[in-house]
Amino acid sequence: MSFNLSEEGIKKVKQELSRYETKESAIIPSLYVAQKENNGWVNNDVIHALSKVMDIPASKINEVFKFYTMFNQKKVGKFHVQVCTNISCALNGSRELASHICRELKTKFDEVTPDGRFTVSKVECLGSCGTAPMMQVNDKYYENLTHESAMNLLRGMK
Amino acid sequence: MESKLLTEFYHLDEFRGIEGYKKNGGYVELAKALKMQPQQIIDEVKASGLRGRGGAGFPTGTKWSFLPKNGEPRYLLCNADEGEPGTFKDRLMMERAPHQLIEGMIISAFAIGSKKSYIYVRGEYHYPISVLEKAIREAYDAGLLGKNILGSGFDHDMDVYSGAGAYICGEETGMISSLEGAKGQPKLKPPFPAVQGYLRKPTIVNNVETLAAVKYIIRDGAAAYRKHGTEKSPGTKLFSLSGNVMKPGNYEVPLAYPLIDLINKEGGGMKPGRKLKAVIPGGSSAPVMTAAEVEKATLDYECLAGMGTMLGSGAVIVIDDSQCMVDMLGVLTHFYHHESCGQCTPCREGTGWLNKIVHSILEGKGRLQDIELLEKVADNMKGRTICALSDAAALPVLSFVSKFRDEFEFYVREGRSKVKGTTYAEMHH
Ligand SMILES: Cc1cc2nc3c(=O)[nH]c(=O)nc-3n(C[C@H](O)[C@H](O)[C@H](O)COP(=O)(O)O)c2cc1C
Ligand code: SF4
Ligand code: FES
Repeated sequence: MSFNLSEEGIKKVKQELSRYETKESAIIPSLYVAQKENNGWVNNDVIHALSKVMDIPASKINEVFKFYTMFNQKKVGKFHVQVCTNISCALNGSRELASHICRELKTKFDEVTPDGRFTVSKVECLGSCGTAPMMQVNDKYYENLTHESAMNLLRGMK
Repeated sequence: MESKLLTEFYHLDEFRGIEGYKKNGGYVELAKALKMQPQQIIDEVKASGLRGRGGAGFPTGTKWSFLPKNGEPRYLLCNADEGEPGTFKDRLMMERAPHQLIEGMIISAFAIGSKKSYIYVRGEYHYPISVLEKAIREAYDAGLLGKNILGSGFDHDMDVYSGAGAYICGEETGMISSLEGAKGQPKLKPPFPAVQGYLRKPTIVNNVETLAAVKYIIRDGAAAYRKHGTEKSPGTKLFSLSGNVMKPGNYEVPLAYPLIDLINKEGGGMKPGRKLKAVIPGGSSAPVMTAAEVEKATLDYECLAGMGTMLGSGAVIVIDDSQCMVDMLGVLTHFYHHESCGQCTPCREGTGWLNKIVHSILEGKGRLQDIELLEKVADNMKGRTICALSDAAALPVLSFVSKFRDEFEFYVREGRSKVKGTTYAEMHH
């Protein structure tokens, strides 16, 4: 199972390579590009494909990849549901909310639901503490949640 | 006296775009600043007493003066990593007023002689990043960025860089490592970034709110800016109010504003039937205060430092009497353990131990001597690491344990929470 960047992806990576003072600075943005094309996660094949396009050793890219939590080391569902369980959210019932979502979706934290639609994770503060509890689903924030509103949002996701 | 400087126009949707921003005083100070001598701007910022809004409260003008006098390219980095739990003011500033930040940055860049700046934004902030990118394009189109800005002969380029989910990249040297394309690990200081920072070139790192405030110092002058706040804490500040209050949100008030007023007036007080128990006044690393201490506190650097805590990022986290302090400390120790970058042994091991001990208490397996062990481990983590995360992890532990000791002792003896009456498993299912 090998991975190759699309034409469009290669173009984006090349743009990032010339955007910053050094080409290493393009590693993070390029990992985002590749992760998106690989359905939301990164494995060795992805690292090697990037290494070739970027002409940066795979070990160097791998080191960066492993350091940052926004790069997924495992497969995730189509909708990655990240519930903040840090302090301001915890004071407003976010851990109970996270457990509720798992129960309703019949899944465990950080696993993919059998239909491939969801992965539920607990994450640290997302800078949305005044509208707790909150969750991030893929790129979007959903704030001031209740158990009901969160489930309605998730069930309606296309 | 009207105390809103930064947020005066935040209720206006049009303030986000360049036209609406200009209609409401936007880029007037940039034109003014470009006619000043750079040193004059630095002197004005110094005279204003502005202190960094990112957490440490270091005087901004003084930091700028650490740059080598001439030669060498130098960088301006805006710290928009905003990872300190409880803090959400920079997000508001970027979303509501991207041009205010850009203007503050161009003025600051001109003052320090920087031709290139980056705004390092935490990766989760997709929306703020898109708002900033659009605003930067607008600024280029209007001749406010790029070559020969407003005919002044000053050139400046600005770009946004997205982080990827690591709290430690908010620490300035961690941020520099990250921007250089490496793991976001902090670097030993000295050399300080002002001497050797990004790509080993002189670099100034400032928080979003700090850089935006520069505009108002140029607008009103240092003396007028100093009419807000106190001698040692001049100006206004955004406070991110969260936790168990009726109206959480960002509120701009003059420094030295009474903490209890922020909670009761701006924040609408406690929820019905609940009482104030504790407040973390400056983001999760600031030592916790009891309700009695809160009554006496004002929101300025010196008052909070005098009370053994800190203003930090201005994140005021309110905790009511229904909350278990052992449980809340567990949230914090988990966070610091997760975020330690692992370079320094006291931090890597210490954060792990703290989290393990608090969770063993929460799971009903604690022993009385574990409470002292927590204090001992925390004490050994202070002041001996590359960056301040280790201290930041130790401080909440020491304050929680000393101020709410009865809750820890009860939990150890009974295997359940004194406040909730239940075990950890029962609390969260
Ligand atoms: C662990 C840690 C995390 C930090 N996170 C942030 C942050 O998210 N945003 C920020 O502006 N400063 C943060 N800081 C402070 C920065 O290191 C630095 O002092 C600040 O960006 C300087 O800007 P200022 O002088 O304008 O406050 C952090 C510091 C530490 C030790
Ligand atoms: S104190 Fe902790 S976070 Fe900071 S550099 Fe050392 S190990 Fe990393
Ligand atoms: S604590 Fe949940 S978003 Fe900040």
